[in-house]
Formats: sequence, C-alpha cells, structure tokens
Amino acid sequence: MAEKFTCHKVSEGIIEGEILLSSDDLCFYLVDPKTGVVIEKNHSLEGQSIADKILVFPSGKGSSVVQADGMYQLKMSGMEPKALIIKYPDTVLVASSIIMEWPVVDRVEDGFYKSIENGDRVLLDADHGSLTILS
Amino acid sequence: MELTREEQDMLDGKYGKGTQIAMKIQVAIGEVFNAPKMVPVSRTHVALSNQEADLWFVEKMVHAGAKCRISPTVNPGFNLEYFQCITTISKKDEEMIRRTRKAYKEVGATLTFDCTPYLEKNVPRFGEITAYSESSATPFINSVYGARTNRESAQSALCAAITGRTPLYGFLLDENRKGQVLVDVQAKIKNDFDYQLLGYAVPKKLKFKTPVFVNIPTNPSPAALMNLGAQLNTAGNVPMYHIVGVTPEAKTVEEAFQGDDPERVITITEQDLEEVHDDITDPGGKIDFALFGCPHFNLDQVAHVAELVKNQKLKVRLWIMTSSLTKELASRMGYLETIQAAGGDIVDDTCMDQPCWEFLYGKKGVTDSPKCAYYTKRRNMQFVIRKVDECIDAAIRGEI
Repeated sequence: MAEKFTCHKVSEGIIEGEILLSSDDLCFYLVDPKTGVVIEKNHSLEGQSIADKILVFPSGKGSSVVQADGMYQLKMSGMEPKALIIKYPDTVLVASSIIMEWPVVDRVEDGFYKSIENGDRVLLDADHGSLTILS
Repeated sequence: MELTREEQDMLDGKYGKGTQIAMKIQVAIGEVFNAPKMVPVSRTHVALSNQEADLWFVEKMVHAGAKCRISPTVNPGFNLEYFQCITTISKKDEEMIRRTRKAYKEVGATLTFDCTPYLEKNVPRFGEITAYSESSATPFINSVYGARTNRESAQSALCAAITGRTPLYGFLLDENRKGQVLVDVQAKIKNDFDYQLLGYAVPKKLKFKTPVFVNIPTNPSPAALMNLGAQLNTAGNVPMYHIVGVTPEAKTVEEAFQGDDPERVITITEQDLEEVHDDITDPGGKIDFALFGCPHFNLDQVAHVAELVKNQKLKVRLWIMTSSLTKELASRMGYLETIQAAGGDIVDDTCMDQPCWEFLYGKKGVTDSPKCAYYTKRRNMQFVIRKVDECIDAAIRGEI
C-alpha cells in the first residue's frame, strides 16, 4: 500500500527513485564524480554510490565553494542523485540545488523517516510537496 | 515574499536577463527560509574557486549581461604566472584560470584573490548587512566584527552582489544570532593551532548549533579567531560563534544567550582535541613539502615563519599562501628574502585546492591547517597536521 507524506519544496521537480539513507551530513565534493561513490573517511556512506538515488540525509556540510562544485561535477558526469530529502536546509545547498536543477524537499512529516528503509521506491513531488512510498 | 517595486522590476527582467536570474535565485532562497522581504547589502565577498561550477555560473551571468552593483572581493584561484615558473601548467588549466579572471572582471568584481578579505580591503562594521561566502570569512565577520551575513554560497553571494539585495532571514536577524550551546573549554588553549583543533572538535559534538565559548584565553590573535571560524565552518556549518568577553555580542554569558538558558552544555577536554588531531592527520614519516596559508596567512604568521627559518636550510620545499598585499609587505620587511634564503617561498593569489599543485600529488606534506588537509583528499595529497613550529622543524629535517 502506498503511503503518502507531506513535505516542503526547496527546489522544484517530480521524480521517482530508490531511497539511500545517510545518517551523516554530506559534502558532495567528497564524492568521486566518476562513480558517485562517497570517499569521505568514516562517513556512513563511505564506499557506496549515491548515483541515481533519492538521497536522505540531515544536512549539507563543507566549505561554501566545494559543495556547489561537487554537485556540478556529479551533474556533468551523470552520477548525480535523483533528488535530495533533507532535514536542515542551508543556504549553500539550497542555492546550489536550485542552480543545478536538482529536486529537493525538506520539512518532511516525521512518520516518513520511521517508514522508509534503504532500497524503498519513492515518488518525490517537490512541486506539490508530497512523498509517496511505492514499495 | 514582499518585493519593492525595484526588486519586482529586477525579477521581471527590466534590469536585464542577468539581474533577473540573480533575483529569481534569491527569491527562491528567501521562500525556503520564509524571508518576509529583501534587504540591501553594502558589502559582498564571493568565494571564487576557479572550478567548473564556479566558472560555469559566472560566465552564464556575464553572458546574460549581469553587472555587480556592490563590487565583491573574491577568493583566490591560482597565480598562473608564478606557477608557470616553477612547474608545468596544462593548457586546460591555463585557459580555465584566464577565463575565471576575465569573467569576474567583466561581472564587476574587485580582483583581490584573497580568502581573508575581512583583514584587509573588505572590512565590515558592527551590524552591517552583507553577503559573504567563504568558510573562514562568514564566521569571522559575524563573530569577531558583529557584522551580519548568512553562510552564502559563492553563487548566492554573487547574486547578492548583482542585485545589491539579500533575503532577510537567518543570521541577519537578532534572534538567530543568539548562542545555543555553552562550550566549556577545559583543554588548555596554548597557541593558534589549538584553535584549529577546537574548531574542528566542536561540530562533532553539537552539529550546527551556535557555540558560546567560555574559559578561552581573553586575547586571542586574529589568526586564532580565523582558525577557529574556518574549522567550525569546515567540520560543520557553523557560521557564527561567541567567545564570552571577546566577541562583541557576548560581553557576558547572558548577552550571548540573549537571556535564555543554553540548550546544552558541553565540555572540550585535552582528550577531545587529541582525538580530533589523531583522526584528521596522516601518520608521520618522510615528507616532501610544507604548505601554509589555508586560510591565507597574515603578516604576523609570515613573520613567525621567517623567524623560525632564519639561517636554516630546509630539506623540503615550503610555500606560504597569502594575499598580494601581505606578500608585498613581507617583501618590504625582509621576511620574503629570509624565507627564500632558507629554500621556501611566498605565493600570492593562490588557494591550496587548485590544480597548480599537481606536482605534489601522491606526495606527503606538513601543514597546520585541518581544512587544507580535508579538501585535498580529492587531490591525492597526504598531510601530517601539526602546529607551525613543528611543521618548520619537520621541513628542516625532511621528516616528522
């Protein structure tokens, strides 16, 4: 049964994809642009690829410069995530995602976080502020 | 979001396509953060990076006819002419830095190429509303000067420079500037390097909360404050801190918390600093180079290195990155000559995270900056992180 949750648009877009959960904040510069694999030491996603995933993580981190560049390089190599679901938006991540045209949402209903696991398929609709767990 | 007539005209394209794009991005940011309106900015700093995204965006704005109303100072890329003398710069990298310089000049930036504009050339006053990007700059001007900026990205700061506005939210508002967590520093803070470790250790414990430090020495140097902010904002997103009795919005603990109680109290011990140090440094051994100036060294720091290397012969190459103004002063004061005589050099207009350092890839260096070591993971450079004096000692002996 599809469960639907409300959320809030940060950057527009509607997309379906597979969930990848990160308990740590993310700096996209510490992701290998050729493979989409996280290379940051001791990160909860170290060694895993974020390419084509709907990435769930608390917040962006890292210097204001490198976040945008990391995102841009992933976009150019086609290894970018499909969308981002974040808890705490920061200006750098917000500005960069609007410029890169990555769909991003925040202010997600609490129940969503309790219901999802890695690999779940989700329909993210930033424009109408909804997240639907498909399977 | 409520816009003035002029702001609405910018959004509608009456001031040209470039200004329209900038305003559109800023309105979107404002809406995410529930900003009620835009406010004028009187200073801006753009963290130019000479990287692909940076060049792509600034050229896009130039082609769209954008021109800055509030000319921003800008971060360093690399000093092409210097590096062409000491190594080979690829055609691609040469073209990139030339395009970066050209695009920023055309968009109306002030070409300072320095990541510490808050020490010279772009110094705000208390309460001034600004838009600064650059991870060492935002905490410095918010915390040390009491000026106001959000943690802008290079792109959002460029938009602010173009429109002369920024959405009113976050650290521009009194209530968001109050301290959240009291940080009781039980570790002995003995030198500027300890502030690096302190800045790196705190976000691990308290995430993005605004820290209020107590039990820190009451007369920290500018370099100490620069280090503290740079590392807080690298290890986490912390664009503001208070030090009770030091920073202007924290004359007392009560003032720092605006009369509220701290959400939490944490302590930082010697052991916390040691753990952070062990976590971020590569192991010692033979080294190939020493690199300082992330953020750019100020004149006092350059003078200190000159003192340490006086009449010494370095076993490995050494560079200090700084602003063109500081390099000029270092030359007048004789520091440059002393450092060069020992086998080191000072390079201006240059960042460590640039392709000009390719000749050091795969090699091991010493530095005093965790931030420097953090970003160069991408460039396959290894760094042993120590305080400056130990780094110099290592450079003289060729190992650590």
